[in-house]
Amino acid sequence: MSEQIDLAPQRRKGTKGDVVLEVSGLDVSFPSGDGPVRAVRGVDYTLRRGEVLGIVGESGSGKSVTSMAVMRLLPTTARVSGEVRFDGRDLLGLSETEMTRIRGSRISMIFQDPMTSLNPVYTIGAQIAEAVRAHHDVSKQAALDRAVELLDKVRIPNARDRAGSFPHELSGGMRQRVVIAIAMANDPDVIIADEPTTALDVTVQAQIMDALSAAKEETGAAMVLITHDLGVIAGQADRVMVMYAGKLVEVGSAEDVFYTPRMPYTLGLLGSLPRMDRPSERLTPIPGSPPSVVNMPPGCPFGPRCPKHTAVCDETEPELRATTGPDHLAACHHAETLAGASADDVFDTEVADAQALHQLAEEGRP
Amino acid sequence: MTAVETQTLLSVRNVVKHFPIRSKGLVRRQIGAVQAVSDVSFDLAEGETLGLVGESGCGKSTTARVVLNLIPATSGEVLYKGRDLTSLSRSDLRGLRRELQIVFQDPYASLDPRLPVNEIIAEPLRIHGLYSDGGRDKVRQLMQTVGLKPEHGNRYAHEFSGGQRQRIGIARALALRPKLLVLDEPVSALDVSIQAGVLNLLDELQAELGLSYLFVSHDLSVVRHIADRIAVMYLGQIVEIGTAEQLFTAPAHPYTQALISAIPLPDPRKERARERITVVGDLPSPANPPSGCRFRTRCPKFANELTTEQQSRCVEQPPELTDRGDGHPVSCHYAESRTLL
Amino acid sequence: MPDTTTAIPPQAEEREFTVAERSQAQLVFRRFLQHRAAVVSLCVFVALILLAYVGGWLWKYDAGQYTPDNSVPPSWEHPFGTDSAGRDQFAQVLRGTRISLQVSVSVAILATLVGTLWGSVAGYFGGWVDTVMMRISDLVLTLPLIAVAAMLAHNFGGTWYLIALVIAALYWAYVSRVARGVVLSLREKEFVEAARALGASDTRIILRHLVPNALGSILVNLTILVALAILLETSLSYLGFGVTPPDTSLGLLVSEAQTALTTRPWLFYFPGLFIIIIALTINFIGDGLRDAFDPQQTKVRQ
Repeated sequence: MSEQIDLAPQRRKGTKGDVVLEVSGLDVSFPSGDGPVRAVRGVDYTLRRGEVLGIVGESGSGKSVTSMAVMRLLPTTARVSGEVRFDGRDLLGLSETEMTRIRGSRISMIFQDPMTSLNPVYTIGAQIAEAVRAHHDVSKQAALDRAVELLDKVRIPNARDRAGSFPHELSGGMRQRVVIAIAMANDPDVIIADEPTTALDVTVQAQIMDALSAAKEETGAAMVLITHDLGVIAGQADRVMVMYAGKLVEVGSAEDVFYTPRMPYTLGLLGSLPRMDRPSERLTPIPGSPPSVVNMPPGCPFGPRCPKHTAVCDETEPELRATTGPDHLAACHHAETLAGASADDVFDTEVADAQALHQLAEEGRP
Repeated sequence: MTAVETQTLLSVRNVVKHFPIRSKGLVRRQIGAVQAVSDVSFDLAEGETLGLVGESGCGKSTTARVVLNLIPATSGEVLYKGRDLTSLSRSDLRGLRRELQIVFQDPYASLDPRLPVNEIIAEPLRIHGLYSDGGRDKVRQLMQTVGLKPEHGNRYAHEFSGGQRQRIGIARALALRPKLLVLDEPVSALDVSIQAGVLNLLDELQAELGLSYLFVSHDLSVVRHIADRIAVMYLGQIVEIGTAEQLFTAPAHPYTQALISAIPLPDPRKERARERITVVGDLPSPANPPSGCRFRTRCPKFANELTTEQQSRCVEQPPELTDRGDGHPVSCHYAESRTLL
Repeated sequence: MPDTTTAIPPQAEEREFTVAERSQAQLVFRRFLQHRAAVVSLCVFVALILLAYVGGWLWKYDAGQYTPDNSVPPSWEHPFGTDSAGRDQFAQVLRGTRISLQVSVSVAILATLVGTLWGSVAGYFGGWVDTVMMRISDLVLTLPLIAVAAMLAHNFGGTWYLIALVIAALYWAYVSRVARGVVLSLREKEFVEAARALGASDTRIILRHLVPNALGSILVNLTILVALAILLETSLSYLGFGVTPPDTSLGLLVSEAQTALTTRPWLFYFPGLFIIIIALTINFIGDGLRDAFDPQQTKVRQ
């Protein structure tokens, strides 16, 4: 029993609130036949010990690429510039060997597909035990005991039997929990979870979110949670960053972003979500679709879809600036005009061409 | 959106669908069956939307395909306006296809990549010999109706965004002026801001054209938004069915309660203050479902609240789908409605 | 709310198409252009066709026409020399090329048509239809090609289109296997289910949805068939079972020249060279097409 206490994560000296990760001016582009694809454009953020930072955005917004760039996991064709400071060092300047060491133990990443992080030829118990032994000089048996304990913590039923299973014998939800258990064994400073629940059923999603919370409790790590699901963000994140077309367009506490959004995109996104907790009402779809990040025209990337759009939006791209408070930033020239507005005040809810639809209905009548 | 019509359009009676599991080798004997749909019954009224919800593997998509006779039922009846679709000849069925249409989940896979969009939408008209009668104009009108520009008609599907493609799929389904649309996860492949547009479009179409929808989805929020009545499925069976209002304000089946409780609300204060009902473990194999109540292996009520005596009833006796005093049918011996939202 | 509707900028729709979107054909064409060898081959092949048809018509001697010069080595007057009877070998080779091309292209088209339909029907219906149809094509595939072709051609052959028919009758089975494979994967696609839900007949599903979508693989196969057919025709003519005089083909020219290999080598080498050029360029074109149709090919050139 005493050995097990030794194996519990050792709290590092840092206290809650210290900056662990600082990203500044991060730019990522990929070459393509039509010119560079600017997937991330000038992203800055700081992550503090003990906090959960949520990054939301729709497909193609650059939310995943941002974190892959931080972890240096992008293909070699990607051009990355800017600075990623972790523990006083710039990760973008490290050698591959140094980076591998950091990826293993200091920053853990949890992907949408758990099989990318699991080795198919070893049992899950062995894989967790290996992570335990990488950090603690203990016997194989002690490491395996700890592995079973961790499997139990992520709520895998019959953990001791399950430790002998191979990854392919488990369901998607179970595998994801194994990945989280490995992350716990590594005792990282930062956990980056990239769409950890997207491919899973809702009841299993809830289990994974519980396991992630357990991992955060256990290790005291800061967490970056990347998802397109605003519900998950609402439940987990302390601070929220909204991304659109490779840029941060709104940053603030969860309450700021959900209750007083100051970027029309965020407002539209919230208005377009059907809600389970109230009878149905009209949704506010955002017209059009996201711009292509190749050959972007000047001005606000959301401009063409924005009901608040004016001439200035086509000329200059708005920078993030303080709105309702110093920590609530939005990149919109007209942020103030959103005060007190609800989504359906701003966006139009009609979709069908009323005239054409009416005509169609008329013809169908006997 | 509250339908007051009482005319039943579609009546599904005791539908069963088993997919045989065959042994490997030359003889390929049948060694078992995946019970994808086990004795499912429901009615759909004219102008009404029935939501069919459940997690992957619950049989909701198979049910939808059996309704359209795209997959033959193992047993049971699908009555459309009183005629049993499962026993119709191929040519009779072809005529009825005009009234029953489907919109698929994947707007990428469901449109032929080799055809321009106006041909995709014209396809149903051509098949039923209606194109010569002003088909070109009809296609333009349909494109306009769903919010697409008719000028884009000669582009190919891959040139459109996901939301636009789904509109193309809807326009194609509308071309024959159907009475019933089966919508198989029509918005789950789309980003939320795009999804809202498609949902609103479906609302508007229904209001104007008087369509009935069978809306299959795993997303309870979407279903609450669009459906008048909802059937919750688990392992090939309906476990609870009722109006959207009943199901969300007073869910009585432990599975429905767990589903509702598992979906995060996009509202930080509410979300962090909610009561959680968690389900343990994974879905059992539909080839070998648990005896008695199929949900008992994961049921939080079974595990935490019931006495051994009560539990034995769950193990031995499959619960029937009947009203147990909750105002709507539930298949749980110990159904008890709760407020979760 | 009405005031907000006017605020939605009219260009919203247009902005969605900022990147030049390309049609499927354009995409295929662009990828084909990235394959250097294929592009060069295509140019050479087109030049060869022009030479054979237009060049043969413009050239001062007709094929089979006797000139006063007997057994002359290549010169400006007779670029490919002449044979012992004084016929201009350049004109002969051009005519041989025309016939050989006609044979191989006819084979490719015939075999592809029959094979595609056969394979698509088998793949789409599956079950016993598939079993019976594919056993028949397996049977055709097991026949010893040269022997059967020689026997058939010997009895019915002589003119180029009969030779083409015989070769096609043996090659369609290859195509049917390819087509079946593609259709087997296509028929599970949702757009096929969508067509069925619309009430489309089986014929319509096969001809309008399955075959056009299988076209990429079939087209690649067609080029390979052209190369195969040209070689088989050459072999048959060389063995004396193919095209017979007064018609001629590249294979026949090679066969006729073999006795003169030491004395008049130009008679042998030029038709041989043409056979190699045709087979080689067509193989490269096929390679290029395969890469162009393969959607996995998304390499970024830097």
